[in-house]
Amino acid sequence: MIHINQLSKKYKGADTFSVSHLDLDIADGEIFGLLGPNGAGKTTLISMLCSLLKPTSGSFTINGCDYSTNPKALKQQIGIVPQEYALYPSLTAYENLMYFGGMYGLKGTDFKNKIASNLETLGLTGFANKKIKTFSGGMKRRVNLISGILHDPTVLFLDEPTVGVDVQSRNVILDHLKRLNALGTTIVYTSHHLNEAEQFCDQVAIIDHGRIVCKGKPTELIAQQSNAHHLEDVFLAITGKALRDHA
Amino acid sequence: MHKLLASTYKEFLLVTRDIGGLAVLFLMPLLLVITITTIQDGTFKTLEALKMPLLVVDNDQGKVSQSIFDSFNASDQFEVVRNNDENEVQKLVQKGDYQLAIVIPANLSRDLQLKVEENVAGIIAKFGMEEDTLPLATAKLETKEVKLYFDPAAQQAFRISVKSNIDKMISKIESQTIYEAFQEQLTEDETEEIFDTESFINFREIDPNNNQRTIIPNSTQHNIPAWTLFAIFFIILPLGVNMVNEKNQGTFVRLRSQPVSYATVLGGKTLVFLVVSLIQFALMLLVGVYLFPLIGLPTLEITGKLPLLFIVAFFSGLAAIGLGLLLGTIAKTQEQSAPFAATFVVILAAIGGVWVPVFAMPGLMRTLSNLSPMNWALNAFYDVFLRDVGFLEIVPEITWLFVFFVITTLIAIGINHRKNAV
Repeated sequence: MIHINQLSKKYKGADTFSVSHLDLDIADGEIFGLLGPNGAGKTTLISMLCSLLKPTSGSFTINGCDYSTNPKALKQQIGIVPQEYALYPSLTAYENLMYFGGMYGLKGTDFKNKIASNLETLGLTGFANKKIKTFSGGMKRRVNLISGILHDPTVLFLDEPTVGVDVQSRNVILDHLKRLNALGTTIVYTSHHLNEAEQFCDQVAIIDHGRIVCKGKPTELIAQQSNAHHLEDVFLAITGKALRDHA
Repeated sequence: MHKLLASTYKEFLLVTRDIGGLAVLFLMPLLLVITITTIQDGTFKTLEALKMPLLVVDNDQGKVSQSIFDSFNASDQFEVVRNNDENEVQKLVQKGDYQLAIVIPANLSRDLQLKVEENVAGIIAKFGMEEDTLPLATAKLETKEVKLYFDPAAQQAFRISVKSNIDKMISKIESQTIYEAFQEQLTEDETEEIFDTESFINFREIDPNNNQRTIIPNSTQHNIPAWTLFAIFFIILPLGVNMVNEKNQGTFVRLRSQPVSYATVLGGKTLVFLVVSLIQFALMLLVGVYLFPLIGLPTLEITGKLPLLFIVAFFSGLAAIGLGLLLGTIAKTQEQSAPFAATFVVILAAIGGVWVPVFAMPGLMRTLSNLSPMNWALNAFYDVFLRDVGFLEIVPEITWLFVFFVITTLIAIGINHRKNAV
């Protein structure tokens, strides 16, 4: 499980904390949604959990692994599907997957079979040897997803994995994530698609101004909020309707 | 090891799939070395072999001016064009139609003859051999001035070279006039040769190499190492762009979340770009050895030097790559990395002695040149190409190049750790 204790991040030169003294526990095998308006601190929180950002204070463990004492072991346990495509445009899908899998130490026939199987599941077999720069946004998202799961992570972090894709691609991506979850992978996911999160997540937490303002099952949160029929109603009631533009 | 190999293969694919980048890496240096060598070789020929049109205003119309004309005509350097109007000549040179004009003053022959005869008479009088026919030193003759007009665009080196040649020519005419004056005074027989007027002291250029092999430095021997180094160090540009692209594409973020060290990532880049630099070097050698003779340039002499040359190229490549890794680690955008890399390489080349020899630089620049890896590499190349040295003699230079690579790479790793460590 993921245990977060008083985790904070204040960027250099910033006046306020992006993540402020945040406590959170995420159970094994959950699909956990981190929701919040722009600039709420979702990406910062995920970046710290993925060892991409150094916390200003606080700590966390993933399956008992402390980031500060054993970062290599922690990195081996997690997978990340970042918001950017994070792929080499001039390499083929297969070459990208071979490389990123190779960085986890994967090699051999089993590894190649795993790539082939994932490409097939996500409808990309016919495009394995095409360069990424020729792919549509939805196809890139699917390759991006495979890059993060080749090493069978116990925890998978996804930062807006379905942004900018068509309905068909989104369904394929979410179905695949559900299959992974059924096999035991814990999924931590951020999204602005609240209907998607309502359907997809076991638990959600709404973050605002770097703090968790509510947490629970989507159905419970909707029930707790008067006049709320969907998660979006809860979200707006808690975070307000004011624009959150920031530079 | 598997991760390093995977990184290396990925870099190989990235480099080989970038056709524009490959052209910059391999073709542009070749074009550069061919262009520069052709121009420099042409410059040598202009001064030494090709005939340059030379405007001459002869206000003397005497024996001396005729000697000057004879000397110019006999030399391979100039083609004399006569003109009697000094003002027009001045304008033609000012406009750049001619690079050089000479104005020979009026009465130069007569006055020189008088001056010499006065001096000779004075000397002979001292020996008690005074002759009535000789004028004693009574006339007050003005110093004669040969005017030289240079095209304002003519470079200083060219001016110095021309002035030196003309000075030498006039000195010879003066000496001959003196000899002739003595000859006239000491013998009645005009055919009798009392003096041998040929130069007694001559120069012979000898290359002080240990093996007594004759290596004649030429534009090729100088240019191939200098511009090869320039090309090798230009690797920092594509390498820096390659690393900045990884940051912008988000692939670097993914790598940072993976259990792989930054040193491994850099190792893959180092291996591939090192091979690139060695291929660059091999192509330069091939051009120098096989193409240059076909286009009328001096052949590059590499007999027996190949292993040492590749050792120098190997360590030069490492030094350039270390610099590229550091730049790529620091830079955040292509707008930062590309112009900086291009300008920095030019500065390194300038203080490294690629354009102006280090000994000809001002004191501060000479000191700075000691800090330029391009200077260490250039010295090592010249040691092998021109001084015909062995491996031990280049050890200091290649050691400095290797130390430079290690230091820049360690700084890159340190900076990355500081920026991204969790």
